[in-house]
Amino acid sequence: MKKLLILLCVFLFSSAMAADRPIVVGSKIFTEGYILGEVAAQVIEASAPPVPVTRKLGMGSTGILFQSLSSGAIDVYADYTGTLTEAIIKNPDLKSQAEIQAALAKLGLVMSEPLGFNNTYALAIREAFARQNNIRTISDLARLKTARAAFSYEFMDRADGWPGLAAAYHFAVPPRNVNRMEHSLTYQAIDQNAVDVIDVYSTDAKIRKFNLRVLDDDRAYFPVYQAVWVARKDFVERYPAQWAALQKLAGTIDVSTMLDMNAEADIEKHSYSQIAAKFLGAESHTSDTLTSRIAHRTVEHLWLVAISLLFSIVIGVPLGIAAVRFHATGQAILLLSAMIQTVPSLALLCFLIPLFGVGTRPALVALCLYSLLPVVLNTFTGIRSIDPRHLENARAFGLNSRQILFRITLPLASPMLLAGVKTATIVSIGTATLAALVGAGGYGAPIVSGLSLNDVPTILTGAIPAALMAWLAHGLFEILGKILIPGGLRVRP
Amino acid sequence: MSYTSLAESTAELFNTGMLELEHVHKSFAGRTVLSDVSLTIPKGATHALIGSSGSGKTTLLRLTLGLIPFEKGYVKINEQPLSSFTPIEWADRIGYVPQEGGLFPHITGKQNVSLVPGLRNWPAARIDARVEELRALVGLDTTILARFPHEMSGGQKQRVAIMRAAMMDPPVMLLDEPMAALDPLIRSTLQEELKSIFQRLGKTVLIVTHDLGEAVFLAERITLLHQGRIIQTGTYRELLLTPADPFVSSFINAQRSLPDVSAVA
Repeated sequence: MKKLLILLCVFLFSSAMAADRPIVVGSKIFTEGYILGEVAAQVIEASAPPVPVTRKLGMGSTGILFQSLSSGAIDVYADYTGTLTEAIIKNPDLKSQAEIQAALAKLGLVMSEPLGFNNTYALAIREAFARQNNIRTISDLARLKTARAAFSYEFMDRADGWPGLAAAYHFAVPPRNVNRMEHSLTYQAIDQNAVDVIDVYSTDAKIRKFNLRVLDDDRAYFPVYQAVWVARKDFVERYPAQWAALQKLAGTIDVSTMLDMNAEADIEKHSYSQIAAKFLGAESHTSDTLTSRIAHRTVEHLWLVAISLLFSIVIGVPLGIAAVRFHATGQAILLLSAMIQTVPSLALLCFLIPLFGVGTRPALVALCLYSLLPVVLNTFTGIRSIDPRHLENARAFGLNSRQILFRITLPLASPMLLAGVKTATIVSIGTATLAALVGAGGYGAPIVSGLSLNDVPTILTGAIPAALMAWLAHGLFEILGKILIPGGLRVRP
Repeated sequence: MSYTSLAESTAELFNTGMLELEHVHKSFAGRTVLSDVSLTIPKGATHALIGSSGSGKTTLLRLTLGLIPFEKGYVKINEQPLSSFTPIEWADRIGYVPQEGGLFPHITGKQNVSLVPGLRNWPAARIDARVEELRALVGLDTTILARFPHEMSGGQKQRVAIMRAAMMDPPVMLLDEPMAALDPLIRSTLQEELKSIFQRLGKTVLIVTHDLGEAVFLAERITLLHQGRIIQTGTYRELLLTPADPFVSSFINAQRSLPDVSAVA
């Protein structure tokens, strides 16, 4: 038992100590982030001398990526100047590129020249509505009293969003005409003529899909969100050739190029690697089909479920046994594992990021904690429901505590124990989809990005395999029950 | 070493020994449960300890098995006290047959019987030879041993439990209410067989029961326990004709459900 624990600890820390690791490219969790991440990965792969590249795409928002850069979990990713000044430097007044670069250098980070497009907030209206009212600029729209708007929560709440914009342009739209909505649903709203104007990102593929017109920011109100590479200083120093290759992309991706690439991903459903390869003028050398993507995610998902389950069994079964032996401690253990269950998963992941960083490790810890309760509780209940006469008889026959535990107690509790592990497994398969929120991949990745894009087919490429896995797990436990539960307990008269 | 010789062995070759309780005293939280209990069961004798619920007989059974400590006195086998043995050594000297057999429900009869010798690292051939020898002795069909306890009748369970208790060849056997859960018809058949099994084994046997009929039929001598004290030890005839205390007569009368033939006539 001791040996096993040591082995598990070694396993946990070994990944952090791996000396000669590949370059890790990260990305934010939306289409453009994925594409730029893939572009960076392919550029590094094509550069000389060759260095292996690990893709950790779709990790989350700026906060998580900054954490990962600082901890060395990733080496480089694409972000936007406006986001960097606001979320990382926390000084939105910094405007010039040199100022931003200097501020990032203090944090041990290096920023490239702008890639060429500005992905900022913009207002978009239906093409027909634009022609009908002859609107080209935001000033034109500001004069219109009858316009109906649907804005995202973020846009409504940010000082540099709607409140500032309305003041700067002296908007005539009455407040009751302005609706607060989930961003991905505003496209449906404008498409069905329920509203006339929505907030968009200037490179959003849906601008093309829904045939919207982006209005000219004629008073230059919106802040600038130039796309740039952000890298660790030690990466730039260790791999100058690779960094130079990334720098060469500066100024090569304009708004329309990025819009095209986003549309290819979101509307035509090409894979990110295909789109990146096409942009770089190379043939895609990774056969990134839907099947191979699902296969890859299946491996990630299985890994998450299997390892977290192993830990919760190794921890949960002894805890359950201890809970039976020591009454007061036992009640404390049961209460604590029940309380963990009530912590919302997002909150738990937030607590775990400072302790375990991002990626697979916090996800494993969270999953392990969530599957603890069914294992502990069922071990406890299983042992408690054993007829105490059997245990006393075993003592009378001269069995020692260890022999009683392994020959009598655990076999007699095994149906209950296995049911607990089964519950934990099936819950884990579902919960593991949340691992994508901290960049651990798995079936959650398409679910999370699909949810943010309101894209049901993408959600299904994660949700259906997850449901299938749960179903297979159910079957697996039927078989395991036949192997692990002693014969005398399987059929009751 | 050949184990076939064991299988061919006769009853005389089984281990047996004297069981003694000397001035045993036991109390729970200041309340006396057993007071100055002394009892000697000579080698090869079958003895019944009888008493109603609350008499202290279950406590006596548990402390004789070494499951609970006691304040004063000795429990001895062949004049060696319990305290001079390890729990395993003591367990191998008292073959215990719990109520209703007490077979572990998750394993087969054969696995129940082989459990303890297996833990004592007996080779499989030695276990098999011993199982076969005892199976023949208790008169069980081989197929029964392959069954799980819930697939056996009450009498079959009881016989498997006796095999299990005898596996380590203990000098003493201790039976807790061996007939309690059986219906009357099976009871009378099994009583006969138990008696002959005990004779063939030749072991020192202590039967703890509340049932006078069972005690009289199976045991040569009877000890009546009441409120933690031994009231009388003797044959049934002695208890009947020269009761040491009015309680002896009232206990015997209370258990006679049917009137005497003489009384009917």
